[in-house]
Amino acid sequence: MRLVRELVFPAIAVLAAFLVGGVFILAIGENPLQTYRLLIGSALWWPDGIGYTLFLATPLIFTGLAVAVAFRAGLLNIGAEGQLYVAAFATAWVGIVFANLPGVVLVPMCCAAAVLAGGLWGAIPGVLKARFGSHEVINTIMLNFVAVALVSYFTQYHYRTPGDPIMETAPIGASAHIPRMARLIPGFPERIPLNVSFLLALLCCALVYFFLWHTKWGYELRATGSNPAAAEYGGIAIRKQIVIAMTISGALAGMVGINEVLGYRYRYYDGFSDSYGFTGIAVALLGRNHPVGVIFAALLFAILTRGGVPVDAFTQHVTKDIVQILQGTIILFVAAEALFREGARRWVKF
Amino acid sequence: MGEVLNISLIWSAIRLSTPLILAATGGLFSERAGIINIALEGLMLAGAFTAAAVTYATGSAWIGLLAGIAAGLALSSVHAVASIRFRADQVVTGTAINILMAGIPGFLSGALFLSSGSTPQIPKEHLMPWAPIIMAFAAVPLSWYVLYRTPFGLRLRAVGENPEAADAAGVRVARIRYAGVLLSGAFAAIGGAYLSIGQSSLFTRNMTSGRGFIALAALIFGKWRPVQTMLACLFFGLTEAVTIRMQGVVKLPSGEDIPVQFIQIVPYVLTIVVLAGFIGQSRPPRALGRPYQKEQ
Repeated sequence: MRLVRELVFPAIAVLAAFLVGGVFILAIGENPLQTYRLLIGSALWWPDGIGYTLFLATPLIFTGLAVAVAFRAGLLNIGAEGQLYVAAFATAWVGIVFANLPGVVLVPMCCAAAVLAGGLWGAIPGVLKARFGSHEVINTIMLNFVAVALVSYFTQYHYRTPGDPIMETAPIGASAHIPRMARLIPGFPERIPLNVSFLLALLCCALVYFFLWHTKWGYELRATGSNPAAAEYGGIAIRKQIVIAMTISGALAGMVGINEVLGYRYRYYDGFSDSYGFTGIAVALLGRNHPVGVIFAALLFAILTRGGVPVDAFTQHVTKDIVQILQGTIILFVAAEALFREGARRWVKF
Repeated sequence: MGEVLNISLIWSAIRLSTPLILAATGGLFSERAGIINIALEGLMLAGAFTAAAVTYATGSAWIGLLAGIAAGLALSSVHAVASIRFRADQVVTGTAINILMAGIPGFLSGALFLSSGSTPQIPKEHLMPWAPIIMAFAAVPLSWYVLYRTPFGLRLRAVGENPEAADAAGVRVARIRYAGVLLSGAFAAIGGAYLSIGQSSLFTRNMTSGRGFIALAALIFGKWRPVQTMLACLFFGLTEAVTIRMQGVVKLPSGEDIPVQFIQIVPYVLTIVVLAGFIGQSRPPRALGRPYQKEQ
């Protein structure tokens, strides 16, 4: 029964969202099946489709994990977007300032910067909640705007190459670049930005799984989320758990900076995030806040994002906005799962 | 500093705070009834896009505004049904609506106007530059009266504070909450419509650019009360007006521009500070975010 809940309801939610999206596509006089075939087919083409899909899945695995860890502690982290911006900037900053160091030292330093900056930005709403009881949802929303403004200030006024019309920093040192998959997979084209941080994302899934279900700290974190009163009675310091959970969550979101700065653009590019932080909410929800679910949900949303490009180009009227319509509808259906549960009860009587 | 602070600055602050006041007033009805509404941004976009498209098609801003309100009502009813009837997490539902509305206007304008996310220009004589401003400032005393001097207002506040007690006293909790959320959809849509058919003359992609969240910030800063919320909106409108004015005009002693980013973050930082209780306590309605299930 539990497995049904874990697998069938998300699947129904996705199908229902595709139906709603299909109604939208029909309404503007296009063929939904053709559109979906184009959307999904083009994302699974070797090597470009798959390469870009996995590249796009990388940040979504990080943000999905970030939201999931916070959610397990009973917190809703709407702030992954701000956390990843601060982290990406910090990553680039270290890569610029210490550009002359050898890669063995510089790459770990840049990664540490991503994790620390993201973790710190996540810890702020955690501390505010633990200390003053102010709601993390509002604070993370507000901190998103603060983060975007701050990094754009530093980019614009302090780290932009003089004369560069684009809002981006100077490039990081070449020793800070991390290898692209072309180095690991023979025949895989170098132009596809899929890099080793995809493997790091998978490793993080394993680590989060181990942490949550096989360590004492993970147990305490989950206990705080499932029943804070009982957890406190059982001797768990829930305020501390709130800060820890938000810090880990922010650190995971911050790792998006590794993929973006060290593996893809080799500089900080202002406004780079395609709402990764918000899509992370969808990823975590659809993935049932479980690392394995997060991987599959991230892949689904990456397929949609990648497939949106040819849909935009090769259909007459359907634009890539269909992706956001599908994404929003999926979240709605996953959130309002009671809809399907009641429906199921009526039809199947279980 | 003289060129920055004058009457026209106040006027532009009023115009800039109008959409905030409308959206925040909407948020007030929803949140005082106990339903978190972070979908204000999406609801504003629905109003802005629909009003612009319909005004362009019909040549009447009033029909456009009514259509915008209808869109706001329809979208907020999705939020309402999901979070009241199906007890979905209200923050999640709100986020879903925001993501949805990041897509729908672009999708429809691609098909209707063959554009990449904006509506065609509306002729100047078909615009509505005044009415929404009057509506915004009329909405504040009106919502104060409704909230504190009518039976409906009493019930609304009751279901937001203590739905169990309200239910025991015979109040239909779900029905009042539906009313609160739908009101938020209507008001936020007017606020959005003002952006497209009042302040400018077309809808552009993501034209609200975070105003729904600033309205939410104002609601918290104003402690979920109508008049204080309006004052917060005016203050945030003023910061925006100053930001616009200062660009390239006011210089630091060193001769550099004052970075606008530092003024832009004022509303957000203030909200965090107020919520933490540094400047007076801002206490949300007690049942905010909690789905209510009638005991069987």
